[in-house]
Amino acid sequence: MIFVTVGTQLAFDRMVGAVDRWVNAKDTQIIAQVGPTEVRFSNIKYKSFLEQEQLDHIMKNTELVVAHAGMGSILSSLSLGKPIIIMPRKASLGEHRNEHQMATAKRFQNRPGVYVAWDEQQLVVLLNRWSISRFDNVDEISNTASTEFIANLKQLIGNTQ
Amino acid sequence: MFIRDAFPLSFSWSSPLKQKKLLAVASAGGHWVQLLRMRPAFEFLSLHWISTSPGVASQVDHEEFTSVRDANMWDKPGLVLMAIQIAWRVLLYRPDIVVTTGAAPGYFAIVFARLLGAKTIWIDSIANAEEMSLAGKKARRWATHWITQWPELSGDDGPTYIGSVL
Repeated sequence: MIFVTVGTQLAFDRMVGAVDRWVNAKDTQIIAQVGPTEVRFSNIKYKSFLEQEQLDHIMKNTELVVAHAGMGSILSSLSLGKPIIIMPRKASLGEHRNEHQMATAKRFQNRPGVYVAWDEQQLVVLLNRWSISRFDNVDEISNTASTEFIANLKQLIGNTQ
Repeated sequence: MFIRDAFPLSFSWSSPLKQKKLLAVASAGGHWVQLLRMRPAFEFLSLHWISTSPGVASQVDHEEFTSVRDANMWDKPGLVLMAIQIAWRVLLYRPDIVVTTGAAPGYFAIVFARLLGAKTIWIDSIANAEEMSLAGKKARRWATHWITQWPELSGDDGPTYIGSVL
């Protein structure tokens, strides 16, 4: 199973559409959260938004996550040890308000378990690679920030005993 | 136990060990995911959460939670409603500390709580690797602590770096 998500705010038809065209003739099950869009997809199961409980369930069971380059998607995948393909939104195409997802993708491109698709063609290449030989599972990151960060934040808050 | 149950108010008002109240705020999505990762830093404090989707309450189910209207900087009527909801919650809860990862709800929480004298901690999203977010820039003058998750962005006249949620 592959879970495709555009995050919680904006649609990302360019990415979902690419997966929808790719899956045609493949027997992989795809579930997608596609955001607010008028576009209809023909080969995948999708909803604008999933409930948190559904989301948790799907994330636990999916083999691969395909997502916009949003931190929520990346952190959620890595903390469950799931490999993730990220495709950055482009502000130049009206897909976000600025280019911060390009920066995020650059920062994460060498991290094990994170695969960057800079455009639809690369997304299809990565999906084909995955369907031939599944990506390795990722070293799970913990559910919490680093101990250094937590200690520093506690200090700032004044929560030290 | 008995005294505490019988005289909850006088107990807490007279006690020097009164728990500090922390208001933790983030819009749903990536900001919220990052805020949840900071949870160990909030232990032993009285906590109230604010986010923009009632659904995410399940992730902090044993704690107090307020859902507010979702809006971004381009949705003025939505922002006004969100600001009123947050002002009301801040007035009722009277936090000693606000911690937020953004965006718009965090900005409002920091403004109102600062006006009431609270410590206000803005932690910019890790998504902002090249410059502080728009909401973060606006929050700067209201934040007692203005923090980035990227060392490259920190500096004497810029935000402070204390590590990242990763």
